Amino acid sequence: MDSAASLTSAANRPADRVDVPLHVGVTQRFASGFRIAAALDVVLPAGSILVLFGPSGAGKTTMLRQIAGLERPDTGTIRFDNQVWCDVARRLWRPPQERGVGLVFQEPALFPHLTVAENVRYGIQGGVRHRSLTHASDAIDVVDIAALLGIADLDTRYPRHLSGGEAQRVALARALATGPRLLVLDEPFAALDAPARGRLRRDVRALLRRTCTPAVLVTHDRTEALAMGDSMAVAIHGQIRQVGGVGDVFSHPVDADVAASLGVEAVLPARVVESSDGLLTVAVNAALLHVAERAAGDPVAAGAQVYACIRAEDVTLEVQSPAHASARNHLAARVVSIAPEGPIVRVTLDCGFQLDASITRRSREELNLARGSAITAVIKATSIHLVPRM
Amino acid sequence: MDWTALWLSVRLAAATTIVLLAIGIPLAYWIVFSPRRWKFLVEAVVALPLVLPPTVLGFYVLIAIGPLSPLGRAYALAAGHGLAFTFEGLLVASVLYSLPFAVQPFSAEFASVDRRLLEASWSLGVSRLSTFRRVVLPLSVRGLVTGIVLSFAHTLGEFGVVLMVGGNLPGVTRTVSISIYDSVQSLDYAAASRTSLLLLIISFAILVSTYSLQRTVWIRPRH
Repeated sequence: MDSAASLTSAANRPADRVDVPLHVGVTQRFASGFRIAAALDVVLPAGSILVLFGPSGAGKTTMLRQIAGLERPDTGTIRFDNQVWCDVARRLWRPPQERGVGLVFQEPALFPHLTVAENVRYGIQGGVRHRSLTHASDAIDVVDIAALLGIADLDTRYPRHLSGGEAQRVALARALATGPRLLVLDEPFAALDAPARGRLRRDVRALLRRTCTPAVLVTHDRTEALAMGDSMAVAIHGQIRQVGGVGDVFSHPVDADVAASLGVEAVLPARVVESSDGLLTVAVNAALLHVAERAAGDPVAAGAQVYACIRAEDVTLEVQSPAHASARNHLAARVVSIAPEGPIVRVTLDCGFQLDASITRRSREELNLARGSAITAVIKATSIHLVPRM
Repeated sequence: MDWTALWLSVRLAAATTIVLLAIGIPLAYWIVFSPRRWKFLVEAVVALPLVLPPTVLGFYVLIAIGPLSPLGRAYALAAGHGLAFTFEGLLVASVLYSLPFAVQPFSAEFASVDRRLLEASWSLGVSRLSTFRRVVLPLSVRGLVTGIVLSFAHTLGEFGVVLMVGGNLPGVTRTVSISIYDSVQSLDYAAASRTSLLLLIISFAILVSTYSLQRTVWIRPRH
C-alpha cells in the first residue's frame, strides 16, 4: 500500500471520527502553597485542538501532566473516552504507559544516545500501539509520519546534530508513531524562531487531521491560540475559568481576569472576501473591513478564515463621515454602552458586530455621546491585525 | 617479587567488581527511583565504609562470618568449611568495603539523566524497568565505568579489612598489600619497593586510561 492511499483510508476510518469526552476534576496542592483546582468537561472531536490558554504560572503544565499521568492529583477524577484514568477516592490509577497520551514538551527531549530513526521507533519497539488496541488496522505508519514531517532523510543522525525545528519534528513523530489516543503539546513551538514556528504549526495541524488525533495544546500566546485552537479553556491561578469556542471565549470573556489574560483587542471571526495589491477585504458578519496585509505575515488568500483583531485605542469616533480621509474603514455604528475608566471612556459599539472604542472624556463630551447615539467608527487599514486560522 | 600475591589481588578485585555490578546497579536504581522516605538510611549504610576504619568493618565481618554466627554456621554446613580466612570470606568483606565506590557513581549518574526523557519513554508505553534498561543505563556508561574502575582499584589496594578477615595465607588470602607489609616487617626493603612500585604503576595506569577514555568517547545530552 502506498503512503497516499493509506493516509486517505486512515482519515476516513469511521471508528476514528468519534468525538471523545475528556473529564478533569482534580485538586492538587504544592509545597509552595500553589493550588490546582481544575474542572474541565469537554468533547474532543477527532483531529481537533483544545487550547489550554493562560498566563505563565497558571498551572497549565501541571494540568497537562495530570492528564498524561505524570502528576498525581490529591483528590478528584480524570476520565478519557469513558475510561477512568484517575479516581483518587476509589484508588484507581492508570499509569502513563497505559493511557496512550503522546507527549511533546517545549524542549524536544529526544534520547541523545539514539538516532532519529531509533527515537521515532522507540515506542513501537517494546512499547504499545494504542490505536491497535481498539482498531484492527493501523493505516498510517511511522514512515508516512516521518515523510509528512519532512524528517525522513534525517534517519541516521543523532539529536545533537539537529536544529531546534528538526528536533521538535522528530519529537512529534516519536509521539505520533505509537498512534496515541490523545496528543498533549506543552508550548511546543515556544523555543523556535518565527519561520520554523509557522511551518511546524501548519504541519501539526495537518498531521492531527490526517491521523484523527485530538490534541490539547498549552500556550500563553494568543496568536497561537487563535491560529491553532478549535476550542479553548482559560486557566488562571490554578483554575479553569472558561471553556468554549475560541471566538466565543475571546468575544465574551466571563470575568475581568479572563478578559485581562486574553488581551485588550477585540477578536472578530472573519472571512477574506478579496485580496489585491496587499489590501484585503474581510467580512465580519455583514460588515466589510479593509485591511493592509503585513509584509511579515504569510499571504492570505480569498476565502480564508481569519480572526480580525482591533485594539480599542485604534478605533476613532466621528459624528459625520468625511468624504475623503486616509482611514479606510468608516462604519455606521450605534452606541451600546459607555463605561468610564479614569480619564478615558470605553464606548461599546454595535456596527454589525460588537466593537469597543477607547476615547478621552473630553471627546465624549464634544461628541455628545449617549446610549443609542448614531455615530461613525473609523479604523485605519493598518490598525487591523489578521490571524489566519489553521 | 610476590607474583602469587599480585595474582590473588587481581582475582579478588575482579570478583569484587563483578559482584558489585550485580548488587550495585539494582541498589543504586532503588536509591534513585524509590519513593520511600527512609531511603536516606540505606544511603548512609552504603556510605559507612568511607568513614569507618577498615579494622572496625573487618572485625564485624569476621564476627558475622565466624563459626559462632548463624550466617557462618549456615555457610559451614553448606560448604563443608568456614568462611573466615578463605577467599570467599575475603570477597564478602571486599564487596562491603568497596560498596560506596560502586553505588555512589552509579546513583549519581542515574540521577543526572534528564527526567523528561524518562517521562517521554513512559508515555510511549515503555515500562519503568525497560526505560531503565533502554534510556538510563546507556546514558550512564560514564558513571558505570567510574564505579567499576574505582571498585577494582580500591579492592586492589585494600589492607586493613584483608588482614582482619583473611589473615595471611599465601595463595589464599595473602594479597599484594599484605605481601608488601610482610617484606617491610622482615626488613626486605628491596622487595617491598619493587612490589610497591608495580602497584603504583598499575593503579595509575588504570585511572589514567579510564579518565582519558571518558573525556573523548562518551556522548552527553545537550542542555
